[in-house]
Amino acid sequence: MSGNNEEKTSGLHLLLVWGLVGIPLIWGLIQTIEKAMKIFV
Amino acid sequence: MFGFLARERTVAGPGFNRWMVPPAALCIHLCIGQAYALSVFNLPMTKLIGITESAPEDWLLTQLGWIFSLAIVFLGLSAALFGRWVEEGGPRRAMFAAALCWSGGFLVSALGMHLHNIWFVYLGYGVLGGIGLGLGYISPVSTLIKWFPDRPGMATGMAIMGFGGGAFIASPLSVSLMGMFSSSTHIGVAETFVCLGLIYLVFMMVGAAIVRVPAEDWKPAGWQPSAQPKKLMTSANVHVNEAWKTPQFWCIWVVLCMNVTAGIGVLGQASAMSQEMFGVTAAVAGGIVGFMSLSNMLGRFFWASLSDLIGRKNTYFCFFILGIGLYSLVPHTGSLGSVGLFVICTAVIMTMYGGGFATVPAYLKDMFGTKYVGAIHGRLLTAWAVAGVLGPVLVNYIRQYQIDSGIPKAEAYNTTMYIMAGLLVVGLIANSMIKAVDSRHHLAE
Repeated sequence: MSGNNEEKTSGLHLLLVWGLVGIPLIWGLIQTIEKAMKIFV
Repeated sequence: MFGFLARERTVAGPGFNRWMVPPAALCIHLCIGQAYALSVFNLPMTKLIGITESAPEDWLLTQLGWIFSLAIVFLGLSAALFGRWVEEGGPRRAMFAAALCWSGGFLVSALGMHLHNIWFVYLGYGVLGGIGLGLGYISPVSTLIKWFPDRPGMATGMAIMGFGGGAFIASPLSVSLMGMFSSSTHIGVAETFVCLGLIYLVFMMVGAAIVRVPAEDWKPAGWQPSAQPKKLMTSANVHVNEAWKTPQFWCIWVVLCMNVTAGIGVLGQASAMSQEMFGVTAAVAGGIVGFMSLSNMLGRFFWASLSDLIGRKNTYFCFFILGIGLYSLVPHTGSLGSVGLFVICTAVIMTMYGGGFATVPAYLKDMFGTKYVGAIHGRLLTAWAVAGVLGPVLVNYIRQYQIDSGIPKAEAYNTTMYIMAGLLVVGLIANSMIKAVDSRHHLAE
């Protein structure tokens, strides 16, 4: 890739890369919140 | 052969959306953040031979403790030594190297478990993995700052938040993988390490593939650098070899070291502290630690983003002033018997612990410019390595001294908390001494 070539980012690209990091992170967050909820049990 | 790793091959073309870069950084930080979840392997690694319980030939917890310490020391050393190499070679080469070291560390460690030779684990996770940690931690920092000159705190906060969040994924994932691979004759740790190593390799390579650096003259659409120069925000650049000769570098070093030492002191002891101060069960104590980890992660994004609005120096003033009050309040939560107040105090403390890590790259960028910020950040991380030893040592030894002196366990943390508040006073003084860098240190552009 070079700085002179057009490199259009599509909405799908953005969705894919954010999904790639977002889905595991949300899964991990849910697991941790479930664990943290034991404070209130 | 490795031409695709070169910086010039990563320069973004017109039309590239800068919001592609934070996920690239997160691909790296979510993986290396596993380091915070290493403790899930502690007990299984003491039963590699005995399976159901430790056999005499099995490894001891004290031997295993060195794995994490080695990794943090090598994180600090590699970030300091290779910072300039990372900066000059661009983020893709650094991320690629970090991926090989980090996943290679898991594979070498798995071999060590298979052969039951702990030196392979020290070499694998501790040395090789530690180098991967250091390279990976600093690799996206300056790139993000260059893509987000309008919001540098928020951008680096997002990546460094991933480091805090990595443990959330790694911890339950490791537990389920171990469950999957374990049998009556096998505990499944080595196989879990192989799986994690391969998953991290793929994930980090994706990050390396999608990362881009902006073209030299690129700036966000509609954004203009402030015409009026701000007092603590330079538009000049300071060379990495010059930066650490300035008092500002060492003041920020002390600021980070004090903030991290105090935070580690609470984080490392939170489970035992809550059980001994309030008599809560181990499960509730685990919940409190989970809540603190969440605060640690969210604080990274919140405080770093806020620093774009109120300035870095003021953000650290918040950490220290609020921190001094909260650390001094923790012993009183014990005498009041208020678990709720304890949880609130420690949660806010944890947001500031994480916030300290996330705000510091933008602080360095303000003081020393963007050109060498990654390399300077690498050298600053030696403060983390020092704090990683200082924090736990202070807390553990003072607590033991208090108990040996006949103080009840519930009150054994009081002095430690006041000492931590004292460390924050040192940080507050160092922060107040930070002024703009003298122009004689600036690079001739």
